[in-house]
Amino acid sequence: MMVQTLEKGTAKQMVASSIVYDTQKLNLWYGNHHALKNIDLQIKENEVTAIIGPSGCGKSTYIKTLNRMVELVPTVKTSGAILYRERNIFDANYGVEELRTKVGMVFQKPNPFPKSIYDNIAYGPRIHGIKNKKVLDEIVEKSLRGAAIWEEVKDRLTTNAYSLSGGQQQRICIARCLAIEPDVILMDEPTSALDPISTLKVEELIQELKQDYSIIIVTHNMQQAARISDKTAFFLNGEVVEFDKTDVIFSTPEDNRTEDYISGRFG
Amino acid sequence: MRYVNHEAVVKKMNKRLIVNGIFKAIFLAATLFALLVLGVLFYRIISQGVGYLTPEFFQNFGSRVPEKAGIKAALVGSIWLMCVVAPVSIILGVGTAIYLEEYATKNKLNNFIRMNISNLAGVPSVVFGLLGLTIFVRALALGNSVLAAGFTMSLLILPVIIVGSQEAIRAVPQDVREASYGMGATKWQTIINIVLPSAIPGIITGAILALSRAVGETAPLVVIGIPVIVHFLPDNLLSQFTALPMQIYDWAKRPQEAFQYVSSAGILVLMIFLLLMNSVAIFIRNKFQKRY
Repeated sequence: MMVQTLEKGTAKQMVASSIVYDTQKLNLWYGNHHALKNIDLQIKENEVTAIIGPSGCGKSTYIKTLNRMVELVPTVKTSGAILYRERNIFDANYGVEELRTKVGMVFQKPNPFPKSIYDNIAYGPRIHGIKNKKVLDEIVEKSLRGAAIWEEVKDRLTTNAYSLSGGQQQRICIARCLAIEPDVILMDEPTSALDPISTLKVEELIQELKQDYSIIIVTHNMQQAARISDKTAFFLNGEVVEFDKTDVIFSTPEDNRTEDYISGRFG
Repeated sequence: MRYVNHEAVVKKMNKRLIVNGIFKAIFLAATLFALLVLGVLFYRIISQGVGYLTPEFFQNFGSRVPEKAGIKAALVGSIWLMCVVAPVSIILGVGTAIYLEEYATKNKLNNFIRMNISNLAGVPSVVFGLLGLTIFVRALALGNSVLAAGFTMSLLILPVIIVGSQEAIRAVPQDVREASYGMGATKWQTIINIVLPSAIPGIITGAILALSRAVGETAPLVVIGIPVIVHFLPDNLLSQFTALPMQIYDWAKRPQEAFQYVSSAGILVLMIFLLLMNSVAIFIRNKFQKRY
């Protein structure tokens, strides 16, 4: 990376090295519906970036564009660029499989596979070609510890993941995501289907994961964004209204619409 | 003003409960009618046929003498037929279903194909017999062999297997597919590791039901020209053979009364054959469901 950035000059090099995602003039359409408009966002390494906004503002669409999951919808068209570690993810020769191996995702509803806890965690490493049982055992333990659920499930790794509670299932999904040792973790409203205690556990977990991963989290819960994130982006009608340090957004927002939203006047 | 008059509701309650009771009785009667018909059918067949179900019945070939007539050739022929139909129809059917559900984009052409596969399931079996006669028996010169009949039967049940497999694949929740794609799995890895394990109980149930239809189907065999009295067992895929429904059909249309009983015995064998196939389906389904 140093070699690539040198030619861009020293000032930019300092910034560039810590930027994970650089979104440039991103537009996205579902058929005729213009869902994302001219998005410009820079997301930094080892930070938690929260994306907030009312329903239908494009926040989930945006996060799903970051690992190109949005392309599962057949009518999607995009323009602009998203540079992930300085490489445009829309490049024809950038395989989605490669991108998604570096950028893990945790979904809104816990979605474990109907397999054992062990097989859930080992799924990612296995599809990427790891067959050695010892290595897999180590990955499973490390990932489950990383997701703070090892103590709860270590004695029943062979039971079906569906037998766990919703909150545990979501942490299994986080562990499954950690098992591919990603660089970035995308979280699409990861606590919206969970009870308050499970939510708290996931939030604490996010704080710990921040040491090693860059986390981008979509949430409709503004208190959650205020509690856990370093930066916050406020989306409205497919546009980024404001993007700044979380404490700035929540104390002295520049835009009236941001203030209205966070003070609960709409949304 | 209140819109719901509770006194009137209580007054009318009796009438509503009576109507409820009447409909329950009608639906129960409909169910009992079907059961009754089935019961009569079983009674007739068992009472007539069970006397002929002797070990000799399974060891003898067809004969003009009712007492000497046996089902050996037809039973073995039907097993041979299934050995062709099962792999051909399941491989083609499940493959098509996977392509249509997982790979094909949702455009007009593919929707047209999907719609026509469903329509194909409603085409009368005799039409498939004519198709088999034209293509497999004559054009490919396979004759009235196990292979020609097997291909014809495969075509006949293919739409049923495709539609059944499509439904089973569609029933796999989208969110587990997303989870798999989200970790960088390719489409095929997602299909083989996530989609198929969940869909296989449904696919197998549909396939076995379709195969049961193929075992009992007569019209295509008649059109292809499968013989009814065969005094040898098929020894390769191009052998001539006969099958259970052909044999039963032949016995049933003979003038001697005793052949009616032989025919009933043949039907019993066919039904036991079908029940065995269905139990295999249930066994496989339960085994897979336990694992996932």
